[in-house]
This record gives sequence, structure tokens and C-alpha cells, in this order.
Amino acid sequence: MSKPKVAFFDFTSCEGCQLNKLNFENDFLDMLEHVDIVEFREAMDDKADEYDIAFIEGSISTPTCIERIHDIRRRAKVLVALGQCACSGGVNAMKNLHQPDWVREEVYGNEKYRFPSIPAQPVSAVVKVDYEVRGCPMSAPEYLHIFKSLVMGRKPEIFDHAVCVECKLKENECVLDKGMFCLGPVTRAGCEAICPGNGQYCTGCRGPISNLNLEGAVEMLREHGFSETEARKRLHLFSANELV
Amino acid sequence: MDLQINVHHLTRVEGHGNIVIDMQSGQLKKAQLEIVEPPRFFEAMLKGRNFHEAAIITSRICGICSLGHQMTSLKATEAALGLAISEQTLKLRKILVHGATFQSNVLHALFLAAPDFLNVGSVFPLINTHKEVVLAALRLKRLANEIGELISGRAVHPISCVPGGFTKLPTNEELAALREKLVTQAIPDASFVVEVVASLAGAIPDFVRETEYISVYSPQEYGLYDGQICSSDSGLHPVDDYLRVTNEFIVPHSTSKHARFNRSSYFVGALARFNNSSALLSPLAKDVAARLGLQAPNYNPYMNTVAQVVEVAHCVEDTIRLIDELLATGIKAEKPNQEPTRYGRGMATTEVPRGILFHDYTYNRQGQIEKANCIIPTGQNLANIDDDMKKLVPEIIGEGKAAITKKLEMLVRAYDPCISCSVHLLDVQFDE
Repeated sequence: MSKPKVAFFDFTSCEGCQLNKLNFENDFLDMLEHVDIVEFREAMDDKADEYDIAFIEGSISTPTCIERIHDIRRRAKVLVALGQCACSGGVNAMKNLHQPDWVREEVYGNEKYRFPSIPAQPVSAVVKVDYEVRGCPMSAPEYLHIFKSLVMGRKPEIFDHAVCVECKLKENECVLDKGMFCLGPVTRAGCEAICPGNGQYCTGCRGPISNLNLEGAVEMLREHGFSETEARKRLHLFSANELV
Repeated sequence: MDLQINVHHLTRVEGHGNIVIDMQSGQLKKAQLEIVEPPRFFEAMLKGRNFHEAAIITSRICGICSLGHQMTSLKATEAALGLAISEQTLKLRKILVHGATFQSNVLHALFLAAPDFLNVGSVFPLINTHKEVVLAALRLKRLANEIGELISGRAVHPISCVPGGFTKLPTNEELAALREKLVTQAIPDASFVVEVVASLAGAIPDFVRETEYISVYSPQEYGLYDGQICSSDSGLHPVDDYLRVTNEFIVPHSTSKHARFNRSSYFVGALARFNNSSALLSPLAKDVAARLGLQAPNYNPYMNTVAQVVEVAHCVEDTIRLIDELLATGIKAEKPNQEPTRYGRGMATTEVPRGILFHDYTYNRQGQIEKANCIIPTGQNLANIDDDMKKLVPEIIGEGKAAITKKLEMLVRAYDPCISCSVHLLDVQFDE
């Protein structure tokens, strides 16, 4: 059996998820024994015509992005959205909350008309996405799990419980009880509660669980001393497209 | 003679850019790096955000320099809100900057730039032909990432760095174990990489264009974490004068703004730091510079990659020194200082791997951002890259289109551009 052809593409993003993937220094050479990387602009010159698995980082935010993603989808057997920008629009979607002209004017002033921009969208808003690796940055263990499953022809396991559950399993001290803000109760698990594990609050970088009770979440945060405005603002940080 | 080059979406750089060259009847009409990365609008996203969120958001400007953005963001917030940090926090942050710098420098020099010197299209063929050096580079990168993971929770988009300090601290034992790896593994690996780079030095194009070099400068240490702005033309300038130094302007061929100070363009990055601060390098780094034939001032932009390798040695050695200082007193339990003593404007600068970075925030009395501005290194280098290309193309015009294209690609890569950051990449277009 020939090795699966794998390609990586980047759209509007910080490329941190691709970098995270290069950070598997210990597993990097082993992974290369099982796949052929046929296109990866950030690391190599080669280009290919078709791919067994295409990994997409970043959101769709310009007219050119739409043309490129359709072209990639036509060539790809399986398409995986990598990281929160690709899965939901991520932080890029925060600009969608403002008037587009105001946003462009804030950065480019009177020259704003030179730089076309459309609302930041997830990849799934334009083409069919087969699998998602959530998180900002994507969770490295989850990526390895999906990568290995697809290479071995298995269906990857997808989480849909809250970060809170993982946090309790880790026996971390509750962040809300410490008086800090936290989105762990409403954010999708899979990160092993890495932020609370490091004394930080959950910023909601993996997006909301599918059965989110938004008003309940706002009420819970209000009870912990955070204003409704502040609660909603922080909920929108990584999930503006899903929650507004 | 007529020549047209168009490299669309240059490879082995971070972000999207095109190189466009148009020469007609021997006259160079156009030589520019077009930046086509979609704009991100971070300054607009920051408006109304709480001071706890600024570093979390700005780290997302760039996955490769996320630590540097966090450091600069935290310093700007601390300056605006009057938050003092402890000596321990300062030392831990300096170690984090060293780790992020040598991680990025190894990635660029060995995985992105080295394939050009060996005439291959990526690092992947080198795994078979130069396995030992690839493994040494991977080990160095892993160790640099371990520094980030230990002290900041995660190498990409750090977690525990917050205004006023850290939410979690490493233990003395963890720091001692890290020190041991730096001494027994990173120093020999770095020395091996230096010998390999020395053997490739003949493949570095011979091109010279003197320009203005701008970096962070500190009289006490090689300028990375903090200091004043230093220009090779006009000397030292306080951080608060950053707008007078950068003078950002918009050009039609780039979604990233350009910058200029005393001349039409200036250089930022490892070579600028080396030219301005080489006397302050660690002893090992000075030996490496001598071994690689790099002397300040050096006016060959292709030597930026060599300066990055010199910095790898400096960062490793100086991290060992900082860990020794921390272990001498032992890590003390500390909570971050997050009680603002004032509200207003704060400006800060840090050297990230690609050059000098500025963040500038104004906070209202609720501790929310009213105005934000971030000036990124790659944006500052774009005008200088265009000026280099305008001098380089006529000098090598007899070498043929393929050789010219390769040298132009190598030139842009030498700057290690980070285009997501600047907007914020690369395509070469020759018009024949």
C-alpha cells in the first residue's frame, strides 16, 4: 500500500497550529515514515495535484480565500480543519462584531478601500469539512490522535463534554472558586484543561459545547461577580460566529 | 534587456507574499515584495478589552512570535497601569525570550534557509542526506520548546504569563533539570550546528548594501527583553519615541504597512542586533561569530541567517547563567501584582526573533483598552527588502532568470519574514 499523501494549507491565521505540528520534534521522523507530505508551503517548495488528507489552518476572510479553498476541496479526499480559526473563525471573527468600514478605517485610515476584507468565516461555511481539530492553538495530543486515526483508516473520537470535566479529573483547584473568570463550564473539552492546570482561566478557545445554555452561562458568571457585558465580551473572544 | 519575475506565494516563509521584478530595456521599473496576506485587524479587536485579555489576544497575532508578543504586551500594560514586577519575574521572562529566540532561529536557519545552500527544496531530503544535523536541530528546537512549556505552560500561545507576574512557577528541581540538558545537550548540539553552517558559508551570496540598523539596546546586556531603541545612524531613542522612528506608511502593493526613519528604509532582526550589540554577546557566542567570520558592522543581508546562529549560542549560554542566578536564591512563591496604580498610556519594545517589536496601549479608568497600536518587525523590513532588490537585480542581471529568482528568494528568506505578523509573504514576478 502506498503512503497517504498529506498536504497543509494556511489561510487567515497566525500559523501557530502549523508550528505546533513542527513542535513534535520527537515524533516528527516517525510520522514521516507513514505519510508523504506533498505540499506544505511554509516548509517546502513542492506542490501536488491531489491529496489523501488536506489539513487547513485559518479562516476564510478575503474573496481570494474562497477560490483557494474550493480548489483544495476538489483535490482532497479528506479535509480536516486545523485549529479554531479554521473551525469557527476564531479570534478573526471578533471583527465581524463591528461595522466592516470602521475596522478597516481603524487600521488603514483613509487607505481602507485598497484592502478588501469579508467577514471571517470557518472553512465549513464554504466547503464540506470532514474533521475538526479545535483549539487556539490546536491541541497537540488531539491532532496526533486524529492524524494517526486517519492514517490507519479509523474514525477519530471527538469530544463534546465541557473542559470542566477534564479539569475535575485533573483535580485542579476550581478557577471560579479562586475568584477568577472562567469559561471551563461551557467550553468543549479535549485540551486536558491545560490553562487551569497552569493557574490560568479557560478562555473558551475550543468553542462552546454543542448543548450550550448561553443565558445560563452568563448568569453563572454574573453570580461570580462578572458583569453581563464582560461575560458576553469574553465569550465572544474565540466564538463570535457561534454565539452572536 | 527585459526581465520579468513573479514568484507567487514564496515558500519556506511564514505567511503569503510575492516577489515581483519588472525590467524593461535595462531599466528596473519594479522590484518589490508584495504582501498579500489577508489583513487581521488586531488593533480594532483590542478596543474595549480588559487588561487581563490584552496579552492573550495579541499572542494570536503570530504563532511563531507568540511569546514575544506576550512579553511586549505585558510590558505595555504594566507601563500603562503602573504594575511593578519582581526580579524573579524579570529573570524568568528573559529566559522565555531566550528560548523563543533560539527556537525560531534554529527553525529558520536549519529548516527554512539551509535547503537553499544545499540546493534542495525543503528540509525533508536532508533527513536522508544530513540526518545527524537534522536530529541536532530537532533536539535544540525541542529543548527550546521545553523552556516555554516549563515556564509559560505552552510554547505556542503561552498560558501562565500575565500582567504583573506568573500564574504558575517552575520548581527549583525543574530548573536544575533544564540547566543540565542545556549544558550536556544544547551546547554540544549548537557547536555541531555551527560547524555545519561554517561548511556552508561558501553558498552565502556575496552582496553588500549598507543601510540603517535598528534594534533594542541595553548597556547591561545583549538587547532582547528590554532596552532603548538604537539606530546605527542616530543613536539611542526612548521607547516613547517609537512613532517618530517607525513612521509607518501605506503602499499599494502590501497589506502590511512599510516603515522608514533616517533613510528610505531600515533593517531589523538578528543582523541589526548583532551590528548594534555584538560587544555584549556571551563568550561562546563571540567565539561562534569569529568561527563563522561575522564581524560588526556587516552589511550583507544574507548574513542575517548567520547572525541568528550566533544568537543561538548566546541564548543557550545566557539561559544557563540566568538559571544559576535563580537557583542561587531559590524560586520564591509569588502572586502576580495586578493592582493598577494608574490608568493611561503604556509603550513597550522587545526584540522578537525577526526584529524590534512595539506595542502601545491606552487604558481607561475601567482598565479597558481605548486605543492600541502594534508595530511588527517584518513590516519594518519590507521597505529595506525592496531597496535591497533594487540594488541586487542590476548587479546579477547577467546570471540568468533562474539564478536571479533563486537569489531573490534567498534574500527574502534571509530576513526570515513573518508575514502573518506584519499583517501580515512572498511571490517573485519578472516582467520580460
